[in-house]
Amino acid sequence: MAKKKKAATKKKTTPARKKRGAAVSKERDKATNRAIELLADSVARDGLKGREPSVDIPLRTVTNMKWNKRKRILEMGDSTQTRSLFNVGQAKKFMQTLLLAKGSRELIKAEKTLSLRGMYYMTLHTIEGTNEKTFNDQGESDTVLEDLEVSLGGLREELHVFAKKRGTMVGNITVEDNGDEIDCRRMGTGGYAIPSICEPSVIQFKKCDADFVLHVEKDTVWSRFNEDRFWETHNCILTEGSGQPPRGVRRLLHRLNKELGLPIYCLLDCDPWGHYIYSVIKQGSINLAFESQRMAIPDAKYIGIRAEDYERCNLSPDVRIALNERDITRAKQISEYPWFKDKRPWQKEIKRLLSNGFKMEVESLITKDISYVTETYVPDRLREKDFLD
Amino acid sequence: MDPPLKGMEPQVPVVTKKKRTRKTATAETMAASQREISVSEFFAKNRHLLGFDNTRKAMLTTVKEAVDNALDACEEGDILPSLKIQLLQLDETRFKIIVQDNGPGIVRRQIENIFGKLLYGSKFHRMKMSRGQQGIGISAAGMYGLMTTGKPVKIISKTGPRKPSHEVVLKIDTSKNRAEVVSDTEHPEDDSMFPDGHGTIVSIELEAKYQKGRQSVDEYLEQTAIANPHAEITYITPANETIVFPRAVTELPEEAKEIKPHPKGIELGTLIQMLERTESRQLGGFLQKDFCRIGQQKAKQLAEGAGMTARTWVKNVGHAEAERLFKSIQNTRITSPPTDCLVPIGSKALLAGLLKEVKAEFFAAATRPPSVYRGNPFQMEVAIAFGGELKGDESARIIRFANRVPLLYQQSACSSFKAVVETGWKNYSLAQPRGSLPVGPLVIMIHMASVWVPFTSESKEAIADYDEIRKEMRLALQECGRKLGTYLRRRHRMKKESERRSIFERYIGEIATACNAITGVDAAKLYAALQKQASKKTAEADQMLDDEGQVVDDGGRLAKDDDVIILENRQVGALEEADEDLFGGHALQRTRKKSTAKKNARRKSSPRKKTTTTKKKARR
Repeated sequence: MAKKKKAATKKKTTPARKKRGAAVSKERDKATNRAIELLADSVARDGLKGREPSVDIPLRTVTNMKWNKRKRILEMGDSTQTRSLFNVGQAKKFMQTLLLAKGSRELIKAEKTLSLRGMYYMTLHTIEGTNEKTFNDQGESDTVLEDLEVSLGGLREELHVFAKKRGTMVGNITVEDNGDEIDCRRMGTGGYAIPSICEPSVIQFKKCDADFVLHVEKDTVWSRFNEDRFWETHNCILTEGSGQPPRGVRRLLHRLNKELGLPIYCLLDCDPWGHYIYSVIKQGSINLAFESQRMAIPDAKYIGIRAEDYERCNLSPDVRIALNERDITRAKQISEYPWFKDKRPWQKEIKRLLSNGFKMEVESLITKDISYVTETYVPDRLREKDFLD
Repeated sequence: MDPPLKGMEPQVPVVTKKKRTRKTATAETMAASQREISVSEFFAKNRHLLGFDNTRKAMLTTVKEAVDNALDACEEGDILPSLKIQLLQLDETRFKIIVQDNGPGIVRRQIENIFGKLLYGSKFHRMKMSRGQQGIGISAAGMYGLMTTGKPVKIISKTGPRKPSHEVVLKIDTSKNRAEVVSDTEHPEDDSMFPDGHGTIVSIELEAKYQKGRQSVDEYLEQTAIANPHAEITYITPANETIVFPRAVTELPEEAKEIKPHPKGIELGTLIQMLERTESRQLGGFLQKDFCRIGQQKAKQLAEGAGMTARTWVKNVGHAEAERLFKSIQNTRITSPPTDCLVPIGSKALLAGLLKEVKAEFFAAATRPPSVYRGNPFQMEVAIAFGGELKGDESARIIRFANRVPLLYQQSACSSFKAVVETGWKNYSLAQPRGSLPVGPLVIMIHMASVWVPFTSESKEAIADYDEIRKEMRLALQECGRKLGTYLRRRHRMKKESERRSIFERYIGEIATACNAITGVDAAKLYAALQKQASKKTAEADQMLDDEGQVVDDGGRLAKDDDVIILENRQVGALEEADEDLFGGHALQRTRKKSTAKKNARRKSSPRKKTTTTKKKARR
């Protein structure tokens, strides 16, 4: 951020500039602050009155997840879990929840943001009189932070915490990121790194000529498309999420779809994990079901790779990767998801995958020709409008 | 003709004209070579029967026989035993074993018989609990020494402060089962050798091997010290180190009473022999005088059951009558033999003995009421030691005793071993692989006291597997096991409780600070309030029910049990690990602060130290 600051100051002042340094508006900060205070207050009051202090945390499990058929997204149910201090299994998490609440309050006060890792370090210390640390590793603090998000009804960015950024974008669009104008047509080989917070307060869309967005699974495939200037020839935006896309990428895709009306096409591996990535982009994830509203893109389409492609594209047998036990179980689970259950093409696809007995990566198309995927495969599919929905 | 069977050569008759060289033995010629075999000769050839299989075992057996005799002598003479055992290494495989006691000594004329004659002794014919039984031991040891080194046995004995001591050197004549005196010296008034004014010194030179570890002289003496806490044993090893096993109790065990055989315990042959030898003239008198538990009424009933009367002359009782009498005995209910003939070590002394030699943290003992096998009264005692410095990853160690004598060999053939294996130790929170000994920091001590211990062989290594014996063993083991189980559960719960409390307490501080930072609430006040809750929560859990549904107060029933000693200051780290294995390793955090309020060591029924307990809960 600091590096770009210099470049930005040369340009004329834009209205967005006054938001510099703050990813969240003052009003929302106030609300978050109040929620944190309420939480601590109830703990203190319970403690002083001799009641057992506890926090209600909405469950982030499959059981507490609802499929909203009308909105076509996953939503979180009403089940909560009570986390209380005087329970051996929960005592530490209870303490951690309060520590993180205290941490984010300090961040809000200081009007600063920290990465998940930064937050972990901020709240990390040795408990007085012991040699035990408040957190064993960052993983612990990350989950508790997610718990805190849902229990406060706030978002991570509202707690002034962001994840490590992942994902890249390039294409016919200009965005403004924290006041800096970024032309995604001129990003060279590296592309524009999608920030972890893609809220309208940080990123605004400026000029966009693209017709659609092509989202690919990983960086390697994305590089292939970028090198072949696919986004130029097909007038689109090219994104990548390094496997399971992080919140930033999903939020950006959601906004491109909702605000600019761009259709989203996904090019993912032909295996249960690829299918699940698509499912998360389209319907939302189980863990973050409370954010589906802002993240899920029910209209996203699945281009490939598909089980039929092995024969359709006449691929070499070497590209086959045998399905293992876990893949098979996972595939069966996915086919049971309500949003796949009544879609016959998907049922057929998973059936085919299972009967094939092997999976394929997007890279397998390279065995045909280096640019087969960019010059033949995707263009053919787009022309024929041959998608799975 | 049938073909010859496979593997059988066709028999071709060989005609030899040679004269038969073999002489036909006639009854007369055979008689010339037939002669009596003396017992000594028999055992000289079959020395393994007496425990002299190899040089290592020979060493142990010799020490054992000498020590057994010394202890028996002291106890009979009502003297607190002080023994001194010295092993002198003369050559690589040659040792001199010197055993000295402060017993009543042996009168001069008996020395030859006791040390020079096999099967001579005071213990064989009587029904009395003692270490030795047959009168084979020490003379066999002397015989072994003579055979392997050619050196005779030297005995010095003194019977009283103002009496001379006799030094006798003996050789055993194996063919005659008799001792040959090599030299006989009288030392008048030599009190320097016997500080108590009386006692016996035996020294035997023999081919032997000294080895430490299991089944060694060291182990034998250590176990002897456990089972005989009233004895003081000084042991000088071949390396010239002196090890002293101190005396833990200053009372002699009560003297065992001699009893007459119980009618149910004898066999027909014995009955006939007794009829031949009795001094009584009438059957009623014979039954009443030569057996225990038979009064006038019973004698009459038994005689009538055999078609005779109490007045029948003993000399008229022939074989057929004896057989009827035997049957009549079997069919009649007869009171069990008296049990005052048994002198168990006693829970108190057992615990004292274990406490002194085993560095454990938990001790429990159980003494069963006397019982009877084959008409012989016997009594089982079991003591266990758990934890402390004992190793947790090994099978339990069993130490076995019969009439206070340690049994070191043939463990798995012993009834006690089987009893330990068939006891379900899992019920007492111990690991036990199928069909084997429990695993854990555990020592199990089993003692059988009986007027006649049924050994599986003459070398007295294992107790025969009588159902009655094994059952009593198992019951005693279970009794100790239950106490151990209660203790382990309580300890586990206390550990969990204090861990639970410390978890809460650890986090309360953080929570108070965080709340203070957010809302400005008084941190100290909140801390105190939460602390109070934490104590209350865990105190509730303190009142958990034990296995028998009783509310466990902080000491539990164990604190009131005289047969249990708990040394909580011996709970060490190694133990906690074992403990976690036992309970599936669901201990929470290992970073727990050492409980500051250290539970005071509770020593009960320890004869040396009596401390009362102040109970405190581990609290920060």
